Amino acid sequence: MTTLAESPPVGDLRYSEVEEDLRAAVRALLDRRAGWQDVLARTETAEPVDRALWRTLAAELGCAALPVAEELGGAGASWREAAVVAEELGRAVAPVPFLGCSVATALLLAVGERDLLAGLAGGDRIVALAVPAASAPGEPLVPLAVDADRISGDVPGVLDAAAADVLLVPAGGALYALDVTDPGVRVTPAVSLDMTRPIADVTLDAATGRRLATGAVVADAVAAAQRIGAVLLAAEQLGVARRCLDEAVAYLRDRHQFGRPLGSFQALKHRAADLAVLITQACAVARYAADCAATGASDLPVAAALAQAHLSPTALRAAQECLQLHGGIGFTWEYVVHLFLKRATSQAIVLGTADRHRAALGELLGVPGPEETS
Amino acid sequence: MTAVSSGPEQAAAGPGGSEVLDRVREFLVGHPTAGADRLAFLRARFDAGLARVDLPPGQGGLGADRDLQAVVEDELRAVGAPEHRPSDNPIGHGMAGPTLRAFGTDEQCRRWLRPLWTGEEAWCQLFSEPGAGSDLAGLATRAVREGDEWVVHGRKVWTSLADRARWALLVARTDPSVPKHRGLTYFVCDMHAAGVEVRPLRQITGETEFNEVVLDGVRIPDTDRVGEVGQGWAVAQGTLMNERVSYTSGTAPRHSGGIGALLAAWHDHPERRTAGLHDRVLSLWVQAEAARLTTARWEQELARGRPGPEGSAIKLEHARLNQEISQVELEVLGDAGLRYPDYSERAPEPVPWTEAAPGWRYLRSRANSIEGGTSEILRTVVGERVLGLPPEPRIDKDVPFSELPR
Repeated sequence: MTTLAESPPVGDLRYSEVEEDLRAAVRALLDRRAGWQDVLARTETAEPVDRALWRTLAAELGCAALPVAEELGGAGASWREAAVVAEELGRAVAPVPFLGCSVATALLLAVGERDLLAGLAGGDRIVALAVPAASAPGEPLVPLAVDADRISGDVPGVLDAAAADVLLVPAGGALYALDVTDPGVRVTPAVSLDMTRPIADVTLDAATGRRLATGAVVADAVAAAQRIGAVLLAAEQLGVARRCLDEAVAYLRDRHQFGRPLGSFQALKHRAADLAVLITQACAVARYAADCAATGASDLPVAAALAQAHLSPTALRAAQECLQLHGGIGFTWEYVVHLFLKRATSQAIVLGTADRHRAALGELLGVPGPEETS
Repeated sequence: MTAVSSGPEQAAAGPGGSEVLDRVREFLVGHPTAGADRLAFLRARFDAGLARVDLPPGQGGLGADRDLQAVVEDELRAVGAPEHRPSDNPIGHGMAGPTLRAFGTDEQCRRWLRPLWTGEEAWCQLFSEPGAGSDLAGLATRAVREGDEWVVHGRKVWTSLADRARWALLVARTDPSVPKHRGLTYFVCDMHAAGVEVRPLRQITGETEFNEVVLDGVRIPDTDRVGEVGQGWAVAQGTLMNERVSYTSGTAPRHSGGIGALLAAWHDHPERRTAGLHDRVLSLWVQAEAARLTTARWEQELARGRPGPEGSAIKLEHARLNQEISQVELEVLGDAGLRYPDYSERAPEPVPWTEAAPGWRYLRSRANSIEGGTSEILRTVVGERVLGLPPEPRIDKDVPFSELPR
């Protein structure tokens, strides 16, 4: 088949010892500071994002800027390690702005902006890309009016904007950094389906900021940053899916009905097995995407779209099955499962739904739709 | 069928890379490849320990590291040596060899391993019965001891290659008075012995890929018993472990296998494209690529000596995807999907999966979720051995086989 590219090389899909050590450190911190009861309780407070935890993750473990070079204030690691952190944050549904800040990091790296990176790496400044959270990589940007570097318009549903100090705003073919204290910037947190990852609506009224880049490079850099976000989101989805399976299996072992543990019933055991099989596949897919991101592989656009197309339905199904396998208690507010269901649901929409990523794969792989002729 | 399977692992105390290379060159001096008789060459190669270097001396190996096999293969290929074709004897290499090495006597290994490896003697397995499929331990074929022999009566099904096999792996019941798993014994059955009758079994593709084998008073010498009397279940488990491994080996390039054929059909039939089919094709591409990467990851973990639980998962997905992909391919083909090459009864020719007719692939794939352990049995394996979920209550574990309802 001439239209299909050669088979790209497959990198190391395992976890290295360094990655496992990092995982253990992050998990230990989250076990201490972000147990699910804490996470649930925080959703009903005035500060749904845990800034203190984020600062610890950033300053003590270097998690905010793993792929950033050390001379720029980062950890000098790669997106592979960042993906392992994302897995653990997903596992804990931790209310920290890791995903939004990672997209911002990728974007700042792409346009060569150093000052903001340093603040971001230390966890002192939260930076968010002001595009609708549901946008897939490369989708058209929300049109904003720019008049002499003053920006006006609405950007609804922005990821990790509720706690942001700085917004990166693509507008009028340029990229601006806007301080949220600017009088022209209004950020309105929304009541969010996923309470552990609130979105916020951004309204700009002749807002002013610093111009970071201009020209075609902006759109490309935004798409590339969103692609990195898609890769990390997939890792986070893997963490959610695994946690859901763990919770379900623990419950199926403990809970007895009809004089037997639930897990001894084949109808339930096979559903858990199907999830385990799906998650085994998801792990390979997520690792492949992380490795492509880390190495800058030419297959990254395919790997990122593949990761979202596979992980979104996987995490969602894991969360939905987890709830159903728990029966009545799974539907209660006072139990952990709804946190995962809500996170998995938002994950399936954030950075583009699975069908959009499949459509992107169709273009990347040369599998034309009905009206195309290629 | 590559060698991710089995075999006793050898410590890395054996010869190193340069020593192995010396052995190959030394061997080639004594056995020039020009005009060599293929069989004589392969026999000598086995005797020189160059069949599979990781196996012990005397069993076709040198006790060397498994990776060093590549040294042998590269060197022999470079001089155009007669080719070893494991695909000629899949059950021999995939199941009989590992089983004999793990459970057989020295004498049995000496007798069978070399002709097995050279392909002179093909093997088949006599496990499943009309009344014992997934519940293999419920098999009813009887072996009764008479002096130094066992006399076997029974009926086996789904035996591939029975028509050309010289030897068979056989599990039979030697004691019906004990619970079913404890009354089984493992034998090697001579397929040329009196009382062995092979009948082709026609399958939904029209072909006779499998056979029914009737054993009517077949006499097996006790020296052809593998393992102890009553230990047959443990030996059979070892064999089946290898079966699951051998069904799932090799990382293919992207777009190989059924998904490549589906994409080819999609390209060839623009008139058949709809939005609905487009999304299904892309969805299957995603799943097929995920399965391919899962196999790659599993092999990477194996190379590190840390095999994960992926084996059963890989087989489950492989079966499901083969079935779904081939079904959508027929829908993409439309009119051509209504046609079938040939339903006449015949023994099938082995053809690479993607070169076979789409209708044949669709039909043959239905067996993928049955052969080598049904998908239902595999889900139970994943649920219990991987996830640690409790077993189903059993009514047949402590009851003598003779008292079980059947």
